[in-house]
Amino acid sequence: MSTLYIDGKPFEVSSGKNLLETCLSLGFDLPYFCWHPALGSVGACRQCAVKVYKDENDKRGRLIMSCMEPVTNNQLISIDDVEAKEFRDHVIEWLMTNHPHDCAVCDEGGSCHLQDMTVMTGHSYRKFTYKKRTYKNQQLGPFINHEMNRCIQCYRCVRFYKDYAGGKDLDAFASRNKVYFGRHEDGVLESEFSGNLAEVCPTGVFTDKTLKQHYTRKWDLTMAPSICQHCSLGCNIIAGERYGSLRMIANRYHGEVNGYFLCDRGRFGYEYVNAPTRLKIPVFQNGSTEDVNITRLLKQISSLKGSTIIGIGSPRASLESNYVLKKLVGESNFYLGVSETDYRLTNLILEILSKGPARPYSMKDVEESDAVFVLGEDLTNTAPMLALAVRQSVRQQPLKKVESAKISLWNDAAARELIQNEKGPLFLGTIAFTKLEDVATSTCHASPDDLARIGFAVAHLIDPGSSPVNELTELEKSLAQNIANTLLKAERPVVISGSSSGSDAVIKAAANISAALQKKKSNSGIVLVVPECNSLGLGLIGGQSLAKAFDESAKGKVEAAIILENDLYRHATLPAVDKFISSTKNIVVLDHTINATTRKATILIPTGTFAEADGTLVNNEGRAQRFFQVYEPANGIKESWRWLIQLSEGLLEKNFNHWKNQADVIQSLAKEIEIVKGVDTIVPPPHVRINGQRVPRQSHRYSGRTSMLANINVSESKPPEDSDSSMSYTMEGFRGQPPSSMIPFFWSPGWNSVQSVNKYQEEVGASLRGGDPGLRLFNPGQNNSVKYFETIPEKFEAVKGKLLAVPLHHIFGSEELSSKSDAVSKRIPQAYVIINGEDASSLQASEGEEIKFEIDGQSYQLPVKISKEIQKGVVGIPIGFADVPYADLPAWAILKT
Amino acid sequence: MWLTFLHMFHKRATIQYPEEKIKLPARWRGRIVLTRDPDMGERCVGCYLCAAACPVDCISLQATEDENGRRYPEFFRINFSRCIFCGYCEEACPTYAIQLIPDFEMGEYDRQNLVYEKKDLLIDGQGKYPGYNYYKVAGLAIGGKDKGEAENEEPPIDVKSLLP
Ligand code: SF4
Ligand code: SF4
Ligand code: SF4
Ligand code: SF4
Ligand code: FES
Repeated sequence: MSTLYIDGKPFEVSSGKNLLETCLSLGFDLPYFCWHPALGSVGACRQCAVKVYKDENDKRGRLIMSCMEPVTNNQLISIDDVEAKEFRDHVIEWLMTNHPHDCAVCDEGGSCHLQDMTVMTGHSYRKFTYKKRTYKNQQLGPFINHEMNRCIQCYRCVRFYKDYAGGKDLDAFASRNKVYFGRHEDGVLESEFSGNLAEVCPTGVFTDKTLKQHYTRKWDLTMAPSICQHCSLGCNIIAGERYGSLRMIANRYHGEVNGYFLCDRGRFGYEYVNAPTRLKIPVFQNGSTEDVNITRLLKQISSLKGSTIIGIGSPRASLESNYVLKKLVGESNFYLGVSETDYRLTNLILEILSKGPARPYSMKDVEESDAVFVLGEDLTNTAPMLALAVRQSVRQQPLKKVESAKISLWNDAAARELIQNEKGPLFLGTIAFTKLEDVATSTCHASPDDLARIGFAVAHLIDPGSSPVNELTELEKSLAQNIANTLLKAERPVVISGSSSGSDAVIKAAANISAALQKKKSNSGIVLVVPECNSLGLGLIGGQSLAKAFDESAKGKVEAAIILENDLYRHATLPAVDKFISSTKNIVVLDHTINATTRKATILIPTGTFAEADGTLVNNEGRAQRFFQVYEPANGIKESWRWLIQLSEGLLEKNFNHWKNQADVIQSLAKEIEIVKGVDTIVPPPHVRINGQRVPRQSHRYSGRTSMLANINVSESKPPEDSDSSMSYTMEGFRGQPPSSMIPFFWSPGWNSVQSVNKYQEEVGASLRGGDPGLRLFNPGQNNSVKYFETIPEKFEAVKGKLLAVPLHHIFGSEELSSKSDAVSKRIPQAYVIINGEDASSLQASEGEEIKFEIDGQSYQLPVKISKEIQKGVVGIPIGFADVPYADLPAWAILKT
Repeated sequence: MWLTFLHMFHKRATIQYPEEKIKLPARWRGRIVLTRDPDMGERCVGCYLCAAACPVDCISLQATEDENGRRYPEFFRINFSRCIFCGYCEEACPTYAIQLIPDFEMGEYDRQNLVYEKKDLLIDGQGKYPGYNYYKVAGLAIGGKDKGEAENEEPPIDVKSLLP
């Protein structure tokens, strides 16, 4: 701790930080551009000037850039000094000499850091009368709009895109006052994190192109805190609505999970909510919507009372919905709607995470770990933000050098200069090419079994108590040795694996390594990625596997099935699902988006998407997180769990209509399932009021409320009331900072842009005030009774006439809902298969030619990509694509001619 | 009494409305219109500032863009049954699009008829502020005006040039 005197007032501050972030943490308004809490300082924009004084007798002081100056004890500085103020005013004035007269047509307006800083410094009129510089824009693909005239040359974009996110195709071009930020030519931005440019860029150069299609100012959005539903990491998001449609997704800072950023799937995958594929009205008996009303529908369902009804849950539905369904159909009739492989692997992962001994690492932990071993996961495509965290981890070891050179870690330019290209240890073992390879120490590509064998070997080398692996090649042996040594040398090593390769062995190998490491390093950790946003939540609720449901129905024992937010054709093969549906008389489907399963429904009930629902999800590290309804949907659409409660009135004697809101459901769930104890406490209950008020979802500048619906009826109707939370759907309510779990948007006087998040943190870059939201369900204590997994798979051998089909994931295309979004769908690659060059020549297939094969009786015909990065005898198949039929992979593909 | 008597000879303040019309100053704050620029393009760029400035929140609109990047409101609605004719919208408008004009004859029997849509608001003229064309000073490229062609602009920078 040091004492810092700002304008004569003493403050206790932590040492080592720079003056800018310290002042911001203390709540001072000090303008800046080039500094970013996650990117550090480079001192490029000269906006953050303050005065420092040598001692009390120094009356003149000198101007310094506060972002470049570390805090020292008993330092005297002044923010309000006239000269410092004038200096900051002039810097803005110079920046503005070329700034276009664009605010009215600029998407950044109203949440623009440049506007905020201009107002903060007091600059208002352009005295410079010469001509303005202009630039041509570039077409950067479906996600990001480019308007280069607005650039203030702060370099944040390239620092994020290249230095932080490892992108290659965005750069600064030209020189002097002509500097240009863009690609070397027009084209799609390749990075999976390009959407963050819209938030990182303090001006309107890079903006969200999907928002532009239905542009709304930030102040006009109805916003709510939500959780991304597009992979298992559960990044925190803010979702904003206007005129009944979802308009944008923005980052919601979470110190442990996603920090300041989101991936493009999460940011742009929301459009399915407004897409024509949305279900808006109930459908009855094979597509006829005539004379369908809810009363008739409910009556029809009540007629099923007394018959055998099974329920099929979903990994993309909330805890609440799955739980109510389970209660509705009963323990013995509840099935988890996931493939056999996912069922097995999720249960395995739950066991590993809950029993320990290794600690489940959060993404923040991964960022800070100094040795990473990724086994079997192509993170960029299965858990994108985790890949970004891994990218930061490779800086940890080199940063020690920076520290010992007495350079502050936030001093980004100096630190990077010193580190150069040096990278900390990152070992990758994947099925095929993965984007992280450019920062990896070494990468090995192999079939899942061979990857697992290397993993088991590493575990054995760390702790000889775990089973040894026979028949390793020399190469594999030395790789395993290298990995084991490195992990042992590190202070905070982490093993990352998951279910995406479809292999138990891979996960068990990772668990063995982490258990072995834990014996020697109490600070080590494990991260396991699961298939979907609530896979773990569904697993915790528990039920039987989907195949069992199919068996029961084949025996003719099932009269009706209630399928919850689940496209079964994505979890079982086409013939199997067809058979199940034809042998079950009544198929009741609750879903929000048209898919193959909803088309087969005899009764289809439209439900709310995440934006129209309240619920809780459990992410891959076992963190339960709550998402809030953003807006009340039209047509009486409700959350699945609300529908199911209503259905219970017709179906059960002892129904659930005493559950009136989300809190009632989650409380009952928390009481019933031991391991999720406490999930009912992660947000304040709905009756809580702050100073007697609710937390408003709308900003105090929200416009048009007496006009937006006036075309329908000039008398305004009462705004809907939220029974599920203590937030309101209006602009009235508590105007202070809400509890960290209920922040609908970041705003602070004078700070309209997302940079206002600084004001919501305990200290810049730390947790949100009052602690980051959510509850970690798994906290394995010091559990030393390590039990290793023992069965080690045989070495993979290629088989003649067959190829081992393994799943490959794509950030755009493999996930169901985001693929239905317009912008994301434009980024989905053509279907293909990938094989080794040797296999290609023995098949006499050249690049792009189609090959035919059969998996599980289903035929495939897909164009070939040839790669040396895939093992001989293995074929990689993109999963989740519309034109690639589902198969439970890995499985053998029988080649056809 | 004498004073009252004298008043008989004063000019009459009461006018025989509606037979006789009142003369209103040009800046009188009455019915709101949306105007066009000198080239007869819609002036409103859908920036939402008027809506934000409106103290009774009676303006709502949705911005959209034509194929050449020119922004305009897809719909523009004013609920005159709420409007208090304060003129804040006009003050906030960066394009002189929205203007209050000297007309107050808007009485209706049905309140619903006081909801005006863009077709009721948009006029074929520039209103009180002739000559201003926002797109001529903005940096955005639109149909018929490329980068560097606005007032007081240099031609676009050639990024590949090495000349000083
Ligand atoms: S970047 Fe900000 S200041 Fe510049 S035109 Fe856009 S809104 Fe206005
Ligand atoms: S494009 Fe944006 S982030 Fe990049 S230098 Fe310009 S203003 Fe800064
Ligand atoms: S990493 Fe996953 S949870 Fe995070 S934003 Fe991307 S898709 Fe959403
Ligand atoms: S302020 Fe002017 S330009 Fe902006 S939306 Fe209103 S009328 Fe249109
Ligand atoms: S923020 Fe300090 S120089 Fe840019």
